Order: sequence, then C-alpha cells, then structure tokens
Amino acid sequence: MTKQVHLAAHFPGVNNTTVWSDPAAGSHIEFSSFEHFARTAERARFDFLFLAEGLRLREQGGEIYDLDVVGRPDTFTVLAALSGVTTHLGLAGTINSTFNEPYEVARQFASLDHLSGGRAAWNVVTSWDAFTGENFRRGGFLAEGDRYRRAEQFLRTAWELFDSWRGDEIVADKETGEFLAGPRPGAFAHTDDHFDIAGQFNVPRGPQGRPVIFQAGDSNEGRDFAAATADAIFSRHGTLEAGQEFYADVKGRLARFGRTPDSLKVFPAATFVLGDTDADAREQAALVRRQQVSGQTAIKLLEQVWNRDLSAHDPDGPLPEDDPLLGEHTVAKGRASVRMNKDPLAVARKWRELAAAKNLSIRDLMIEVSARQTFIGAPSTVAAQINDLVQRDASDGFILVPHITPGGLDAFADKVVPLLQERGVYRTEYEGTTLRENLGLPDRHPV
Amino acid sequence: MTLHLAVALDGAGWHPAAWREPDARPTELFTARYWTDLVREAQRGLLDLVTFEDSFGLPARLDATLIAAAVAPRTSGIGLVPTVITTHTEPFHIAKAIATLDYASTGRAGVRVRVDPDHAEHIGRRAPLDRTDLLDEAADYVEVVRRLWDSWEDDAEIRDTATGRFVDRDKLHYIDFAGRWFDVKGPSITPRPPQGQPLVFALAHAAPVYRLAERAADVVLVTPRDADDAAAITAQITGVPHVFGELTVFMDGADRLARLNDRAELSTDTAVFTGSPAELADLLLTWRQHGLTGFRLRPGTLPHDLTAITRGLVPELQQRGVFRRSYENGTLRDRLGLPRPENRYAATQGAR
Repeated sequence: MTKQVHLAAHFPGVNNTTVWSDPAAGSHIEFSSFEHFARTAERARFDFLFLAEGLRLREQGGEIYDLDVVGRPDTFTVLAALSGVTTHLGLAGTINSTFNEPYEVARQFASLDHLSGGRAAWNVVTSWDAFTGENFRRGGFLAEGDRYRRAEQFLRTAWELFDSWRGDEIVADKETGEFLAGPRPGAFAHTDDHFDIAGQFNVPRGPQGRPVIFQAGDSNEGRDFAAATADAIFSRHGTLEAGQEFYADVKGRLARFGRTPDSLKVFPAATFVLGDTDADAREQAALVRRQQVSGQTAIKLLEQVWNRDLSAHDPDGPLPEDDPLLGEHTVAKGRASVRMNKDPLAVARKWRELAAAKNLSIRDLMIEVSARQTFIGAPSTVAAQINDLVQRDASDGFILVPHITPGGLDAFADKVVPLLQERGVYRTEYEGTTLRENLGLPDRHPV
Repeated sequence: MTLHLAVALDGAGWHPAAWREPDARPTELFTARYWTDLVREAQRGLLDLVTFEDSFGLPARLDATLIAAAVAPRTSGIGLVPTVITTHTEPFHIAKAIATLDYASTGRAGVRVRVDPDHAEHIGRRAPLDRTDLLDEAADYVEVVRRLWDSWEDDAEIRDTATGRFVDRDKLHYIDFAGRWFDVKGPSITPRPPQGQPLVFALAHAAPVYRLAERAADVVLVTPRDADDAAAITAQITGVPHVFGELTVFMDGADRLARLNDRAELSTDTAVFTGSPAELADLLLTWRQHGLTGFRLRPGTLPHDLTAITRGLVPELQQRGVFRRSYENGTLRDRLGLPRPENRYAATQGAR
C-alpha cells in the first residue's frame, strides 16, 4: 500500500541555518511573521508547525553570541495566538521539564488544546545546564544522567493531570443546577523522586485528551523513552540508509511497550533549496551555504570544537596547528550541539585529513562538514526524493526547516506540495480536526 | 476627560449561579469562540480593556494568558490583561509571555499580578508562604519582569551585514537580580515589547497591598463601598498613575440578583450595583470625583451584563461627553495616557 507523506514546518531558529542577511528575511519576533508561516503551512496541509526552545541567549567566549538570529518569543503564547488564525494546523512546541512544574505545563497544554480545538503537541526535553538555570528559581540542579528520568517522571505526572478529568464531567444542567458530574473531578496525587504533588487539576480534559507527544532523543535510552511514551520522533537521520536504520530500530522497540508500529511517527528534520532546474538549485544551495557559514561564523564553529579563542585565525587560511583543549567545555554556552562533541581530538584529526585531502580553508571545511541541505533540486526532483524516502521506510515524512523567515516555506507549498498531491501520496484536505487524527494516531485514553 | 472603563471577564459571570441564566453558554467556557465573542462585544463598546481572571485552583478554567493570546489576533483596539499568579510561576517565563502577548496584540497587553496563598501542594516546590512574604515576593517578581522587559534596548537588533552582527550586544543587558526568593540573570530571550513596559495591574483591598501596588503597578484596582470610601482609599495611595474602582454589576438587575441568590449566594469583595445604565453613569461620575480615574466592572452574568454595559452604559456616557466615540490608533499605554517609558538600561554599559 502507498504510504501517505506527512509534512511539518519548523519556524526558522536561532542558529546559522537561518539566513538573516538575505534581503527577503523578515522579523523573527513580530506576530505577522508567525502568522505568515502558519498560514502557508496550513495552505499546504501540513500536519503541524513547530517552535524550538532556548531559555538563555547563547554565549561564546564570555559574550552574547551575535552572529546568528538572536531572540525569540514565548512558545505557548505564540502557539495560542496562532490558534486564532488557523483551523487545522497542529501547534507544537518544545517545553522544558527542568525549568517548569508539571501542574503549570499541564494547564498550559490542556488550555492550548481547548483553545485550538485539539491541535496541541509537546516536545518534551530536559536541560541540566546551570547556565540556563541562572534564569530560573530552581537553577541548574540536575545531574546529566538524571535527564531521562526527570523527563519521564515529568511527562507521566502531566499525563496523570490530563487524565484526572475523564471528559464527560461538564453537564451544566441549568434546570437542576448540576454543573459537574461526579465527585472531585481533577483529583490527583503523585509522588516520585522528582515530584510530590496533590490536589485538583483545574482544566477539564481537552479535545485530544493528552496533547501529541514528541521526542527527539537519539541515544539508546532516548529511543526507549520515545518508544515508551512518544507519538512522534524528531529524528536527525534524513538520508536513506541512516533513516531506514533509525526507522526500523525505533519502530522495532514499540512491541516491547505494547504498541503498534503506526502509533509512532518518525519525522527527520530537513532543509531544502528549490530551483527551476536541478542545476539551478545546486548553485543556489552552494550560495546559501556560504551565507550560512560566513568567515566569522566558521571561526566560531571551529572554536566550539577547539574549545578556545581562535579569533586570531584567518577563516580563509588553514586549520590551527594546536589540538583542541580537552576538559570542561568553556567556550560556547547554551548549545546542545557542543555537549555532543564527546571526542574533540578525533574530530580534529578527521577534519585535518579532510582539509589536507581537498585543500580546504577553515571556512571551506566548516561548510563541508556542517550539514548540507537535505533536499536540493527542481520541485519534481524534491517531491520524488521525499516520496521515495517515505515509501522506503526511511521516515513517515519530514519537518521542513526553511532558511528564510517567514517566506521560506512559500515556494515549497506552491510548487512541491501539488506534485505530491498529484502522485496521490499527500492529502488535499485534512482528514480530521485534531492533530492526533491528522497524524493517524490512535486515541490515548485515560490509563 | 474620558472615563476609563474595563470589564473583568470570568467564567459565565461573577455570580456563582450566572451559568444557569437563559443566555449563559456554560458548555462553551473552554472554547476560543466563547472568549472571542465576549471580547469582541467589549471592543464594540470601545472599552479600554478586558481582564481575564486566573487561579491554580477550582473552579475549572483555562490559562488566562493563553486565552488572551488566542483572542489577540481576532480583535483590535481593546486592551488584553490576563491575570498571572506570581506565587507559583517563573518571572522569566511570564516576562516573555506578556511581551509576546504585546507583540501578538500590537501593543495592547497588560498583566494583572496576583498572589496565591493556596495550592502550594499543586506545585510541591515549597511550603505555603505567609501573607507578608507573598506580597514581598510579588514585588520582587514584578521588578524582575520589568527589568527583563528592558533587558533589550529598542534598537538592539541591528542586522548589520557589514560586520556580520545580528544584534549589538552592548544593547543587551544582564539584569542580575538577586533577591530572597529567586535570582535571575537575564537578558530576556524576547526583545523589548512594543509598549516597552506593558501595563501592570494589581487588585488591592488593604494597606499592605496598596504598598505593593505603589512599588509595582501602573493601575491599582480598589474596592470602595461608596463614594466616601473611594476618597478614603485613594488618599492612601500615592504614585500609581491609575486607581480604578471595582464594582459588580447586575444591569437593571435587582430581581435577577434576587433570583440568582436563591440558587447560590453571591459573595463579593466589591460594592454591588443593580440599577439602570443612567444610574450607573451617575454613580461612576460621582465616584470619579473622589480620586478614581476609571473602573473595572465585573458583569454579574454573561453576556447579559456585558452587553448592557456596551450598549446601555457606553452610549449614556458618550451622550454626557465623558467617553470615547472611537478607538484612536495607539497602544494600551496611549489609551491610558501613559507615555512609552525610557529603557532603564539605555546608555549604560552593555552585557559584556
């Protein structure tokens, strides 16, 4: 059977994927930008729009990082406002389980689910860095190894709150004066290592019951967490082989948790450049990569591995002769990617070999080793690539990350989506009203 | 001078039996349509603003900031002021939420701060605070929120292609707040909102809360019993730009109130009015002579009393020449005659 392609849109983020220097680039803060982006996504029948999170401005070398887009609005507030200008588009956001309390987050997601008629989705993450914690009451108190435990307990606590209302309590019988049926709706009591709370939850059950849950973990532990709890995964494996391997792996884990393969959707993030022809798109894509990695940015990216100040180096010159500094990472703060550089010496070795083999400057090398666009080509080429990856079980669809705010999705909606629709692999109308229905997910009833 | 008029939206109205009225929509309290309809009616009446109540306990309700956000792109002109519970929330989150509401409403946002002596067990973070500490913490909270709103100078975003810099980091500021209840480093992740400082509201019934309002609020909401009491209260408050009187209203509603009270007794912290629009206009204008600059009316039942305000009271006030006949362009601050404040960090050393 032909699988249906699912698509979603990631609002351009505060990193160097987003090209702010392009004349077409607009505000990343004004609501009109979010509205434009959301309306395009809905016109193209995307499943959802996604907002990432960052709760402290990034720093490098002890200073606020100023080369990328800086600043973002509040996720819940933007998503709620977008519910007022869209009707079917899912509204997804990353919300941290470290710097929030379950009662408050559950209230916010249940409220968003009501206000949007069942379109709320939550990407659950956990931070442990004290750097971000400096903006919050609780500070950065979490041991790194505790992060999945914290996230899982937070999520399960929130589920208890969502499920504390069955959904049929509001009778509002004007004659008899009975507003709520049943004793103590919303009653809850939860105790574990992280949370000890009790009382009555004050938001009735939303249209989806529980919001759609996303996970982005990639480690063995993270994949198990997703298989146990998530409705969808944001994956970083967008190519055929890596995608197929990841897809088979996470779907294969579901049975252990009593779940079916279709109950978890896999969405790799994907960037794209369209052109009139494939050659034109390739040329455009190379240009965009140079915009994304300026000489200054190249030095900063290199510092994130070398873990020290490299500002004296020429980006058009060779790599530093000294090796990266080992030990605690001190140069870049507020970036998840930096913490993933577990073996900087090995990275440096590999990069030196690559630079020598291809005669690359620092900037050339950074362009070479940081991700090129996932899809590059004429609309027909990109449509065929996307469909091929979905049909061959490398994914269930893609979260597209345009590099221009807010119009970077427009051409995709106008040119690629109709081609997918012509192939019969992409919806022309939304199937349902809730995000859960549109993602083809089973209902999640109270436990 | 125009009278300032706000309406406090809460559930089906402020009477506990309001939801049983024939025109009540109790099954729609959790929908965006319900709140949009109410705010559009208030906007039709050219009111200054609406407030949205909130609480971490029952009765059941949606998050007020998110209701205001959902309504924002569907309305224009009218101010949107959600209630925020300072006791159980993070000032960093609330600062960016209200800033974002200000962006989404193009300069119509405010926030009413409220302490909550109850529901500590819903959060599980700490034992309940006593009244003095609650107010002290709320004052620190508002200070942090205000600093965060100023932590970006208005022209911090430069998008300077020549130097490759998106922001001028000298115009971003750590707030470095250190207090008894929390430390907050800053800067905010959200740039300074359109109004610079969205308006802060506080409801105060007694002297300790008047002191909080003096430290923290642009608009203090007070609950006089009568005109003389209004004079006594306003004499106790200095340095807050606006003092609004609170009044629960049942328009042409003496019989209705009696019927409602048969079903559930109204318990209220405000004076209760049950007369005609003309009588309410008389009362407001009298009270205004005792130092109040505006009023927040609490409709006893919705939509009845809201509609009576917008279609009865407002035309009455317009005829007397004390209420606007259209919205002028501008922000909520502009509407209340408050200039856009200078940034406290401007011209000081940046975040180095």
